[in-house]
Amino acid sequence: MSTVIEPPVEQTEKNLEELEAVTIRFAGDSGDGMQLTGTQFTNTSAVVGNDISTLPDFPAEIRAPAGSLPGVSGFQLNFSSQDIKTPGDQPSVLVAMNPAALKVNLPDLEEGGTLIINTDGFTPENLKYANYASNPLEDGSLSGYRVHKLPVTTLNMNALKGNVTLSRKEIDRSKNFFALGVLYWLYDRPMENTLHWITSKFGKNPELAKANEIALRTGYNFADTTEIFTTHYTIKKAKITPGKYRKITGNEATAIGFVAASQLANRPLFYGSYPITPASDILHELARHKSFGVKTFQAEDEIAAVCAAIGASFAGQIGLTGTSGPGVALKQEAIGLAVMTELPLVIINVQRGGPSTGLPTKTEQADLFQAVWGRNGECPAIVIAPATPADCFAMAIEAVRLAFKYMSPVFYLSDGYLANGAEPWAIPEISDLPKIEVKFASDPANFMPYSRDPETLARPYAIPGTPGLEHRIGGIEKQHITGNVNYDPENHHLMVKLRQEKIDRVANDIPAVEVFGEKTGKVLVLGWGSTYGSISTAVEKLQSEGKSVSAAHLRYLNPFPKNLGEVIAGFETVIVPEMNLGQLCTMIRAKYLVDAVAFSKVKGRPFQIREIVRKVEEYL
Amino acid sequence: MSTNGNGNSGNGNLAQVDASVSADSEVGSAVSGRIAPPPGQLKKSDFVSDQEVRWCPGCGDYAILNNVQKVMPELGVPREKIVFVSGIGCSSRFPYYMNTYGFHSIHGRAPAIATGIKCANPDLSVWVITGDGDALSIGGNHFMHAIRRNLDINYILFNNRIYGLTKGQYSPTSEFGKKTKSSPMGAVDYPINPLSLAIASESTFVARSIDIDVKHLGTVVEAAAKHKGISFIEVYQNCNIFNDHAFDSFAERSVRTDRVLYLEHGKPMIYGKDRNKGIRMNGAHPEVVTIGENGITENDLLVHDIYLQDPSVAFMLARMEQPDFPQPVGIFRAVERPSYEELMVDQIEAAIAKVGPGSLEKLINSGDTWVVQ
Repeated sequence: MSTVIEPPVEQTEKNLEELEAVTIRFAGDSGDGMQLTGTQFTNTSAVVGNDISTLPDFPAEIRAPAGSLPGVSGFQLNFSSQDIKTPGDQPSVLVAMNPAALKVNLPDLEEGGTLIINTDGFTPENLKYANYASNPLEDGSLSGYRVHKLPVTTLNMNALKGNVTLSRKEIDRSKNFFALGVLYWLYDRPMENTLHWITSKFGKNPELAKANEIALRTGYNFADTTEIFTTHYTIKKAKITPGKYRKITGNEATAIGFVAASQLANRPLFYGSYPITPASDILHELARHKSFGVKTFQAEDEIAAVCAAIGASFAGQIGLTGTSGPGVALKQEAIGLAVMTELPLVIINVQRGGPSTGLPTKTEQADLFQAVWGRNGECPAIVIAPATPADCFAMAIEAVRLAFKYMSPVFYLSDGYLANGAEPWAIPEISDLPKIEVKFASDPANFMPYSRDPETLARPYAIPGTPGLEHRIGGIEKQHITGNVNYDPENHHLMVKLRQEKIDRVANDIPAVEVFGEKTGKVLVLGWGSTYGSISTAVEKLQSEGKSVSAAHLRYLNPFPKNLGEVIAGFETVIVPEMNLGQLCTMIRAKYLVDAVAFSKVKGRPFQIREIVRKVEEYL
Repeated sequence: MSTNGNGNSGNGNLAQVDASVSADSEVGSAVSGRIAPPPGQLKKSDFVSDQEVRWCPGCGDYAILNNVQKVMPELGVPREKIVFVSGIGCSSRFPYYMNTYGFHSIHGRAPAIATGIKCANPDLSVWVITGDGDALSIGGNHFMHAIRRNLDINYILFNNRIYGLTKGQYSPTSEFGKKTKSSPMGAVDYPINPLSLAIASESTFVARSIDIDVKHLGTVVEAAAKHKGISFIEVYQNCNIFNDHAFDSFAERSVRTDRVLYLEHGKPMIYGKDRNKGIRMNGAHPEVVTIGENGITENDLLVHDIYLQDPSVAFMLARMEQPDFPQPVGIFRAVERPSYEELMVDQIEAAIAKVGPGSLEKLINSGDTWVVQ
């Protein structure tokens, strides 16, 4: 669906105040539809021209007991008339559908923030579930906030009863649309986008469509007429470069990025995967794109998934496997085989909290070492990491380009935050996308399976079906050039070095790391992956205060960009914020012999802007 | 040849070292082995690679290799369209000796690699070579799933009932109580029957043969190659170093006709050098009978039918073993079912027929979009 922005309809009776940005968090039971409410609010905000950034936060359990603390599901959205890069440090508005949602999220709400509460959710039973000794709506404990109490369930039931032929339970399920209607009025959003969505989504069930529509409209009108709200707010369009945009999550961008890579390389995509949070959505998305010739293989386990991808690569297709940290641990032996056989392969790791099962639905960046060094033997692989949800698209194409060009496994390190977070993506022109060249060997006269391209050191890519190039590969050490099994000590030493040199030479083929700000100064904040938004916003803020701070962000982690040492040398202190205990920092210290400072946060949540600001200030 | 460099792999220009290594004497022979065969009928020798075969002298693997190389020309598949994939173990060296495409992979994972190859290019003739440890221990999961999916691949399990490459530990097919280095007081693992497992995994083609029964092995391999869908063959293979004589009780030439039942489709189950022993059903159980005794005639015997959809009889036959029964070999089961890669391609074609070939332009412009003017 494409919508051209129109000015919102003017509401005049009440005060309309202009705000620059709002951070809102929707919270309720995992069955309350908070992800859907958040997503709808986001889509509408994008369509009216705000910049957006989102952070869903949902429990690992599909349906934890209703009303319980572990069952709380949240969705945070930052929407603004300015350029934003994060979902916001602290919500200024919290929508709480029950006591558990209030209890879990209140500590994050900014002082004096706005609370919109579904009072119907505050039953004695639910209060007990949330471990409230007394009702916070009555005991004065919320006096520091602007509290709006709405009996959402009752209001919604009254509006729908008699108008639709649905059970009470079914009617109650539409209460999130009532809440959404309230918020649409409160933040001056048009309802059309969501009404359109309801029609297409529930087209086959007209009663449900009707219920949701009535709920949305009633919520909106209720907010407009009730005296609970005296003021509503408008957030102007952001100054965004003209063009066509799409709201995209990291997992969506990853999936369609690899489909694009397949088109650009003119090679079919084979995706071997085993369901795992938070990577499964990539499998779901790719399984929908069969018309592109995409083959998705839901394997019996993580090992079969990567092995099948390696088999597909050997046969000339784009072998891709996707998983999260525990899955990578299982795949590593096979990735070593791909390093040894020098076949292209891309491994998506949507990192989550570890070790072991860890925090399946929460974000973390603690698999960098696993990607760079996690295999037996000297086993180098290329490692790259997208910086934002939209960047996942470009980096997917880059992963495939490097895998083919260097006949090497490429790790693509996303994380839970990128995977589920959303932002506007400026849809590119197809003609602006890079072409991916895949060269197959075909000449039997000069064919040697382990001869090398003098520039890249890549070996020839000879796929089954090519007459005269029959050859054997495998995990045993290969003789240089011939590829025959070979145990000679000198040959092994040479091959170990050649495999390393091949990866090192990738540095000649990747962009230099950019410095945001002055090239020399007191502090360089160096990041990688999903910390980009928080770091760059924090550094911009400090720069606007005249502080001597710059930022650099790595999208290539093995090898590093060639100019990284030079960039680092320009600063007195290098601070490396990471959602781990300092993995990139350790690599930087080891490689460049600098006293880099690790700034760790391993809480399953992204960095807040102010956390980084405070850390940097310590070194100014 | 100097490979010392300066210890920093990032600095040395290793491409320059190529010349010194390519002077290695083995290179010449490697080149000659790779030249395309002249067009026309291929010979067994076209499938022999230039690599020196490195199994122990007397190993049963030689006979199997020889047989497979002999069968290859009969299949009418161009050499470049054949891929042998193996895991780890003695038998898994097999691909190196075939002058086809080959992939010696990692322990237990050959079926998964083969799955990717076959899905990517269904036009290829794909062969998995594995052993009892490779297929049934570390690779047990892939064994079951590759078989149930019914990929059109040929899957040969060399069963020597021992770990040979690691020098003689008991395997998942070793007999209960077997004394080995890792089981000095006897193995307390109960063995698994590869055919039972293959049938339980819904294999559409199940067969068994014996390494030294050259002619029989050849016909089984050829039938497997022609079967559309998964073709599973267990080959009893003697490891003369760590488990010698494992199959002598029935496979040894002097006793074979009396102790091996050659299953043939459409024929009554008769065996023995006098061709007077047979298998008949006694209620739900098979029993050994003698033709001519107690009024038994050929008509009382079970007639072998490889096309039965119901796997019960095949399973029953797979459970028969010496000394109570003759050891059955041959094709146990050969039924038709669409292959996995065929269904995968069908879905792609159906999707294209429905919405047309994928358009990248449309794809990136789908979802929630808006225009900023």
